[in-house]
Amino acid sequence: MINIMPQKKTGEGGLSVRKSTIALILLAGGVLLIGLMFVHAALQRQADAEEIAQLTAVVKNLELTDLCLFTEARYTRHLSQADMFSAFQDHPTALEHFPTGSIAGPPENIRRLNEKLD
Amino acid sequence: MRSWIEKQRSILDYTLASLLRRKGKNFSLLFVYMLVVFILASAMFFTSAMKREASLILQGSPEMVVQRLLMGRYDPIPLDYLKTIRNIRGVISADARLWGYYFDPTVGANYTFMVPHNQPLSLQNIIVGSGIVRSRKVGKGDIMSFRAPDGKVRSFTITGEISASSELISADLILISDTDFRNLFGLNGSYATDLVVAVRNQQELSTIARKITELLPDTRPIIRAEMVRTYDSVFDWRGGMVIVLLLMALLAFVIFASEKASGLSAEERREIGILKAIGWETSDVIAVKTYEGALVSFFSFAGGVLLAYGHIFFSAALLFAPALKGWSVLYPNFRITPFIDPYQVAILFFLTVVPYTVATIIPSWRAAIIDPDSVMRS
Repeated sequence: MINIMPQKKTGEGGLSVRKSTIALILLAGGVLLIGLMFVHAALQRQADAEEIAQLTAVVKNLELTDLCLFTEARYTRHLSQADMFSAFQDHPTALEHFPTGSIAGPPENIRRLNEKLD
Repeated sequence: MRSWIEKQRSILDYTLASLLRRKGKNFSLLFVYMLVVFILASAMFFTSAMKREASLILQGSPEMVVQRLLMGRYDPIPLDYLKTIRNIRGVISADARLWGYYFDPTVGANYTFMVPHNQPLSLQNIIVGSGIVRSRKVGKGDIMSFRAPDGKVRSFTITGEISASSELISADLILISDTDFRNLFGLNGSYATDLVVAVRNQQELSTIARKITELLPDTRPIIRAEMVRTYDSVFDWRGGMVIVLLLMALLAFVIFASEKASGLSAEERREIGILKAIGWETSDVIAVKTYEGALVSFFSFAGGVLLAYGHIFFSAALLFAPALKGWSVLYPNFRITPFIDPYQVAILFFLTVVPYTVATIIPSWRAAIIDPDSVMRS
């Protein structure tokens, strides 16, 4: 059996704080911060709702189909409008040469179509 | 109950003293662990938020876009096709859409020229996206020139800028009038880039798309759900480069946890032997190691997740930007809305904290059940 002898740390001012107390406070702080992260996310989502609605309105007004994320090549700028064989567009066995190609895979519907054709 | 709590607190005190005795080793452990969680959480937060934001924004996209395919690539579509499509039962409207790309050799950027339907522009006037304003250092009243296919340079006056708040969808856009667009690209008046179709009943979209392909076999209809699905697959955390990133981080974590599970250092074994020799029970030794694993795991997890949240939603994924930009000259400056999923955070917790804590307990349990005398002598 362990002898229950609380370890005490005496600070400069004579206050004794157990290490476990500090750890439990830090633990509670961590849990609280994670909780606050979710609260912040929820509040930010509410605050951004109007901005997202405005973006949707611009998309509707200009009849846009894609996000302007990757502007390096035409088939990455408009991913949803890309050619059937965009990754191999230069010649039949050409490998994808734009860096975006390693992030943005071919859309699911294009892959499905290719399977039917093969 | 009170004595049980006091006992646990004493064990915790001992655990912390033991962790602080090996400060250097444990802080470096905490740092590496936090880094692994940070990478995993950043990738998860980024992909899920982008996917959700794209699906919301693209709700405003045309219900259906009809392209014409020629030799496997999309090609300008004849305006005659509009009549055929408008005659299909269930179609409310069908209109031509004019848009195209222009490569600007001055800055090496690709622009998207577009003719807005609902916002007619006068001749030789353009409205530009904020990405272009930034890269070309132009503003309202400035002149921008572009080379047409006939070799002549055509100049346009910038009459406005698209709001910077919509940069995520319009950074590279140049809005231009119908006539100027056709002159600049040399596009015949009887062709358009593609067609947008609106239908009366959303349920009939796929039926109408099928009818279009039957009546106009060289066309390819793309419905809104497919556009949204494209971004679902791009930002799917189980695909693309994200999965490579996640696998690397997970592999690092597995190596790290298995190193921990493979055994204890001679010093740690001796410590367990001494504790047993002075009267500690096996359960107390295991409790010390459980607290040790749980404390290191929890602080690494909390630190990693909070840092990832800051990284993605406060610094707009600063560390991922070079990979996302690729060769793009025009890249939108945008803030990501924090669509975070508690389910993903829970998965991350069970993928990291639980295996690490278990990996810490097993070798300690093995050392704790051996005779203290042999542990101390070994």
